[in-house]
Amino acid sequence: MSTEAKALPGQTTSPKPEHHLPKGESADRKAVTQGRWGATLIAPSLIMLAIVIGYPIVRGVIMSFQKDSGLDPASGLFVEGGPAGLANYTHWLLQQCGAGGGTVACAPGTLGAQFWNAMGTTFFFTAVTVLLETLIGFWMALIMARTFRGRGLLRAAVLVPWAIPTAVTAKLWFFIFAFDGIANKLFGTQILWTGSEWPAKWAVIISDVWKTTPFMALLILAGLQLIPEEVYEAAKVDGASTWQRFTQITLPLVKPALMVAVLFRVLDALRMFDLPYILTGGANNTTTLSILVVDQVRQGFNSAAALSTITFLVIFIVAFIFVRFLGANAVQTSSGTSGKAKAK
Amino acid sequence: MSTMTAPRTGNAAPNEVRKKPFDWALARTYISAVVIVIWCFAPAYWMVVTAFRDVGYTFDPTPFFTHVTLDNFATAFSTNLGNHFARALGNSLFIGVCVTLIALLFGVFAAYALARLNFPGKFLVLGVILGASMFPGVALVTPLFQLFTNIGWIGTYQALIIPNISFVLPLTVYTLTSFFREMPWELEEAARIDGCTQGEAFRKVIMPLAAPAVFTTAILAFISSWNEFLLASQLSSDATQPVTVAIASFAGAQPHQEPYTTVMAAATIVTIPLVIMVLIFQRKIVAGLTAGGVK
Repeated sequence: MSTEAKALPGQTTSPKPEHHLPKGESADRKAVTQGRWGATLIAPSLIMLAIVIGYPIVRGVIMSFQKDSGLDPASGLFVEGGPAGLANYTHWLLQQCGAGGGTVACAPGTLGAQFWNAMGTTFFFTAVTVLLETLIGFWMALIMARTFRGRGLLRAAVLVPWAIPTAVTAKLWFFIFAFDGIANKLFGTQILWTGSEWPAKWAVIISDVWKTTPFMALLILAGLQLIPEEVYEAAKVDGASTWQRFTQITLPLVKPALMVAVLFRVLDALRMFDLPYILTGGANNTTTLSILVVDQVRQGFNSAAALSTITFLVIFIVAFIFVRFLGANAVQTSSGTSGKAKAK
Repeated sequence: MSTMTAPRTGNAAPNEVRKKPFDWALARTYISAVVIVIWCFAPAYWMVVTAFRDVGYTFDPTPFFTHVTLDNFATAFSTNLGNHFARALGNSLFIGVCVTLIALLFGVFAAYALARLNFPGKFLVLGVILGASMFPGVALVTPLFQLFTNIGWIGTYQALIIPNISFVLPLTVYTLTSFFREMPWELEEAARIDGCTQGEAFRKVIMPLAAPAVFTTAILAFISSWNEFLLASQLSSDATQPVTVAIASFAGAQPHQEPYTTVMAAATIVTIPLVIMVLIFQRKIVAGLTAGGVK
């Protein structure tokens, strides 16, 4: 390569490969060359992703149509594996237990009976945490967007909760929410935070909101910084009030970035695992879909594979709805926000 | 708190003949800023205070350092109770470095192509990579657990490194792509006009320019691997478990009593290097985070 590069344009020492022509290449050939280069450079990453994500997914889907070998709780007989049809899916969706596609309703307390509860809990956590994180994050972003001394410190501070591993966050809040812990002392309460349903749920929500709101604020801030200052100046000249400027300028102009931030957070919250798993162990109705899958893995791979496929589909459908109907365009918007965020 | 308000009051007073009206808007901004800073630091501060506090005063609500001791750190590193915290730290470091290097090795080329070249299907590739970064890790747990059990990989390092690539590589590609889009590529054109090949221009001109972007991406990649818990909790053994798993299952002296101060000491050790790194490279990291838009 290097010897060819020394050949000046116009010299005829060696035949040049197309992609070495710096000048005078036709638009067509340029496109072909770029396409070839692009494919060569991207292929390794795509192959890697196909191995680490694609292969497990396909394997998981195939597994989900296989029977788990084990004792049939209905008949008490040992059941060999084999094709299961949709039995693993009906097991979760219709809560039918019994190996081999039994039609017995799952006994209360078994994992099979918890599916719709886990689904409800997952969506409840997602709705509440993302709503709170968006509102508080928006407020934080508005503060961070202002000019004042010490703004650098503020922007550094918001990275602290983000940098702490979620497993550590869970342990930290587990300590804060201990019966003798600082939360109860601070508010003069005597709540067994991880001991009953609603305190446990709020413990998970509070710790998630603490950890993730600053991240949300940064994403929204990146969107706010894309709004040109002149728009506000013009509105001020026209006599728009602060509230009018917020609803008429800030909200519509920040909407694309906001939608992407909300999309990211929703998809992230739907797969929530670390926090409730460590904080409450999934007790008191804080079991999310991810926790249910992990609980199931050691009780039967194939049934767990069906559950994780359902989880994956749920997340996929939610993402699809966001992109299709709510106009969250992640690819375009985030490529636009990067420049501005970096310039600041 | 006081350090933040001090410059303002010091600023408003001198050389002003007419006293300026008190700036309520600015005061409100500062109060809000202080609230946000407390929000971010208070729980982390409480972790550090507890880590340095004598175990007999675990639940002492005094908000500053009292009964300071280093015992908790000694206990955290001690293997007497069956905890192998030092080994877990080493595991996390090793896994994180491997994952980061592999992801960068693959990601740099893909990101260069995505940022720089025009080819059909580019947006599809970007979409696939972004979708991959939002992929639920739990969908990997079951098939990988079964696969690794069959081939005897449960508890090996490769069983922890390979799954982590599934979310670190998309993050790497995506963040690098946004960084690369912002770079002064005219220099590459100039180098090519001077007779460099595209490969040479990439190596000699672009790589040095791209180094900060690659470094920031490396930090983000390392942090996301370091923080992983779900897959590691299922696919590791006692010998290979990373710190997140070790901390979640820290054993205390009494079987059913949580060793809070020890756990907080361990948590401090796991967190402080990350926090320091993040504070030093704050600007770059914020740019990388908002560019990739991924955690």
